[in-house]
Amino acid sequence: MISSLIIVFREVIEAGLIVGIVLAATTGVPGRARAVAGGVLAGVLGACLVAAFAGEIANLFQGSGQELFNAAILLLAVAMLTWHNVWMASHGREMARELKAAGHQVKTGERTLTALSVVVGVAVLREGSEVVLFLYGIAAQGGTTAAAMVTGGGLGLAAGGVISALMYFGLLTIPAGKLFQVTSGLITLLAAGMAAQAVIYLQNGGWLEFFTGTVWDTGWLVQDDSITGRLLHTLIGYSQAPNGAQLIAYGATIVMIVILMRMVNAPRQKHGHA
Amino acid sequence: MKKLLLGFVLTALAAIPPVWADEPIVVHLKNHKFSPSVIKVKANKPSMIILFNDDGSADEFDSSSLKIERVVPGHAKANIRIRALAPGKYPFMGEFNASTAQGVVIAE
Repeated sequence: MISSLIIVFREVIEAGLIVGIVLAATTGVPGRARAVAGGVLAGVLGACLVAAFAGEIANLFQGSGQELFNAAILLLAVAMLTWHNVWMASHGREMARELKAAGHQVKTGERTLTALSVVVGVAVLREGSEVVLFLYGIAAQGGTTAAAMVTGGGLGLAAGGVISALMYFGLLTIPAGKLFQVTSGLITLLAAGMAAQAVIYLQNGGWLEFFTGTVWDTGWLVQDDSITGRLLHTLIGYSQAPNGAQLIAYGATIVMIVILMRMVNAPRQKHGHA
Repeated sequence: MKKLLLGFVLTALAAIPPVWADEPIVVHLKNHKFSPSVIKVKANKPSMIILFNDDGSADEFDSSSLKIERVVPGHAKANIRIRALAPGKYPFMGEFNASTAQGVVIAE
């Protein structure tokens, strides 16, 4: 039971944190519960499909199908997060105003829901397919372990839900006027971390084989395998021994998002009605 | 003439040794144990592990120090690329059965 609990919890941390951030970033937006739930549901269905076809996916592209698939869905998430932030750069103030107004209905935010729904779906899909394979493996061994597995798995999922809730309610303590600025910042770092992770998958698949040398090692401070390391990995893309290409992808993603956000914001400010 | 040149270039390319100059290392996962569980590779040179999962259930070859997470379904094989490593020890595990599935790559 303990092993089920630990593995499931480890895998749902990432999805849990992302759901928490997305919920905070869509505070007051009508229909967000449906969008997030839809993303989770699609992610779970996708995870079962990916688990069922894990062998077939892995065999594509000379055996590097799994790496390419992971890189592709991570880059899809990066694109969606970028889109959300760029959109927020031009509508964020409007949304903050709506949020502060009576009723707390942020109608403006509805248009960015789809992007965030996709991000939630991708996060659940990635982690979920491993959970499905792991639990299926235990179930296949049969016997007395099955009940323990269900208990362990259920507790692991619940713990992931608690992480989500902590992230969400923690972010909600931020004043309404600043909330969307903070979530945009978090989403930028989330995207940069995902881009860096996509680079790792591409390297493991045999592509992008340059700048693979380790640049620094902070393993003495925070180990990748520790809970702190995993939390930081999801939130800011922490890696104890990043290589050159990883750092380039990380930096380039932040620069790209900041420039795009400035570009859409600039013309409005010149005309004085930002 | 062009064809001859193309043929020459292709032959020359084929003659360049592949990135994995040495033979891939075959590793089996059976009863949730790796064999061999200690794998020696040359430092500063990429290498490849061909992992056969002889068990009926999936496992994940997982190593944070090697930066590899690779799901291997039951009765399947996986080509796992190891980047050029600085000399040292790089532990790995089968994440779904971490109590028994443990191993280490030693680069020297």
